Amino acid sequence: MSDAVIRPARVALVGNPNTGKTALFNALTGSRQKVANYAGVTVERKEGTVTTAAGRTLSVLDLPGTYSLRARSPDEAVTRDAVLGRLAGEEEPDVVVAVADATNLRLVLRLILELKAVGRPMVLALNMYDIAQRQGLRIDLEGLQQELGCPIVTTVATRKRGIEELTAKVDELVASGALSTDNTWHEPSAAEIRGAHREAQRILKAYVRPPERPDTFTAKVDAVLLHPLAGLLILGAVMFLVFQAVFSWAGPPADAIEAGVAWLGAEVGRLIPGDLLRSLVVDGLFAGVGSVLVFLPQILVLFFFIILLEDFGYMARAAFLMDRIMGVTGLHGRAFIPLFSSFACAIPGIMSARVIDQKRDRMTTILVAPLMTCSARIPVYTLIIGAFIPDRTVGPGFNLQGLVMFGLFASGVVSALVVSFVIRKVFWRGAVEPFLMELPTYKLPSAESVARNVLQRAQIFLSRAGRIILPLMVLVWVLSTFPSAPAGATGPAIDYSFAGMIGHAIQPLFAPIGFNWQMVVALIPGFAAREVAVAALGTVYAVGDAEANATALGVTLAHSWSLATGLSFLAWYIFAPQCVATLGVVKRETNSWGWTAVMFGYMVTLAYLASFAVYHAAVALGAG
Amino acid sequence: MHDLAAEARAQADEALAGSTRLSVARPGDRGVIVEVRADHAREHGVDVHELERRLLEFGFVEGARFELLHEGAIWKDPIAVRLDDMRIALRRRDAEDVWVRLDTAAR
Repeated sequence: MSDAVIRPARVALVGNPNTGKTALFNALTGSRQKVANYAGVTVERKEGTVTTAAGRTLSVLDLPGTYSLRARSPDEAVTRDAVLGRLAGEEEPDVVVAVADATNLRLVLRLILELKAVGRPMVLALNMYDIAQRQGLRIDLEGLQQELGCPIVTTVATRKRGIEELTAKVDELVASGALSTDNTWHEPSAAEIRGAHREAQRILKAYVRPPERPDTFTAKVDAVLLHPLAGLLILGAVMFLVFQAVFSWAGPPADAIEAGVAWLGAEVGRLIPGDLLRSLVVDGLFAGVGSVLVFLPQILVLFFFIILLEDFGYMARAAFLMDRIMGVTGLHGRAFIPLFSSFACAIPGIMSARVIDQKRDRMTTILVAPLMTCSARIPVYTLIIGAFIPDRTVGPGFNLQGLVMFGLFASGVVSALVVSFVIRKVFWRGAVEPFLMELPTYKLPSAESVARNVLQRAQIFLSRAGRIILPLMVLVWVLSTFPSAPAGATGPAIDYSFAGMIGHAIQPLFAPIGFNWQMVVALIPGFAAREVAVAALGTVYAVGDAEANATALGVTLAHSWSLATGLSFLAWYIFAPQCVATLGVVKRETNSWGWTAVMFGYMVTLAYLASFAVYHAAVALGAG
Repeated sequence: MHDLAAEARAQADEALAGSTRLSVARPGDRGVIVEVRADHAREHGVDVHELERRLLEFGFVEGARFELLHEGAIWKDPIAVRLDDMRIALRRRDAEDVWVRLDTAAR
């Protein structure tokens, strides 16, 4: 290498899911990676750089895992197009690194045969080679190399073994000027897939001796975790623990962040002359930043568990156990985790819908996730239930207030199931896609990879969701602040603002569901986040610090609202999309204002209909 | 008139004699896949040939050995199948297209 400048090269990692491809990507690029989206699609694009021993810079692209270049999902289409060099805005790779689980070569061999047809220079990385050796699996590397016509490197990505050899091989290929041969790839027919299987079988027989000590750990663990009864109980216990952790671990840091941002805002506010500018900074910007940051602990804790369980191999089992139950609504088992997560907060729930391969199922899951009763609804429910539902026992061990709370949670779940059923009928014409899923071998998750993944989630949330949430929060502030109250005004300031005007103007629309103008005005700042409605009600009813003084506010509400109105308000909160942050994340994850509008529209409609029904039923029963 | 298609079908049926659909297998059953044939009329959400190709891509291919490992708690669905060295989960409705011959010893 006498060249003064060594040409950089592009490398694409391709492989089946669960082959440790991402671990290999991490081992290659370390912290020199960035996560973005491919242009126009919500498929995650992970790219990183590594410098070879010879000094060449490789930019490595971690492509979504696939079993075939015949793409079945948006993620797989990205892999296909990237390998074929057809992806808009992407340059074609100079070298393809096929990543294989050395203990499970059959399916990847078929993929490798497809990759060979594409004709790009290729290196095969036999990953998890240590496990293969421990099992006594023998691979004739020399022979396989000859047969496949591409160099083979054995790697143990989790221990960073074989990484230098891999980059050296890639370097060699690039330096030798290896060029792509003619691309003869086309979408294989069933007969061709069968042929490829036969070919893969022949290659396996010739160069691979089956393991002397096959893995029995996975079978033993599955006997318990997939047991029809024990498996479901364990799943319930795992979910319960995760839920507990989300609330108990994330609560204190979330409170601290809220307090910290508020304190900082107040401190900064002191330095700012002029009431209006100060209010913009303190109540608009800082409150907006706070409202984004406050979700961060929940997101970190939830994703910590989701990624940990995913890396261990449990998520596929959870999907297996829940598949039939989810299937009632036409969803797949994979939708269980995002929907479950949404009980904590719809934002991490919607973000974790990425694990669902099929676009239709992903969209349905995103659209119904906000119906799950998130933690932000609880302050609203608590306030209204405390004010209107008598605290008395009904039957042994049952409290009426508790029952109503349970009913609200249950309504959320049932409506999510019904809505996903309807969405399937309306948008997807009743089609149920086949459900085929590999149950990977259990693996000990690597702390480094879990940490890296959790931090990437956090970064994605902050950078991109924040970019949408923050301006919307400022908009809500503008609406609730301008124009300011005239001198000598007696009512609360919000009453004179745009929010107040809008509230008064649209109040006739809400009269049929029993809402008075104070409630409608409170709904507008309540769009910032559901729990803000409590503070907003406090403001319009002039009860100081409503959050700390919920009882006083409850008493006021009990005097000024009828029971029917109170119940109607509860029904509204089951369905209403009262959360700007969720809408921001939906926009970001679906990459479409259209779907965001569909969600907003159907939720408002449902909320209105439910409140209407509840209000009139209650009035008819004499609770008006 | 000599119906070639009917004859071919009869031959195929003969080859499948003694075989059964994977969708009716029970945990512990093992055997060999004799045919993957997406031909029945059930609505799969994708065309039947697409289902056949997906099954093939996950390793449901003629000659592969399988063992039914687990089934779900509700309606015994879905099922988890060991195929050579992999475990694949699928719904029984999608497993209808996989014809298998069970090892007699297992029953």
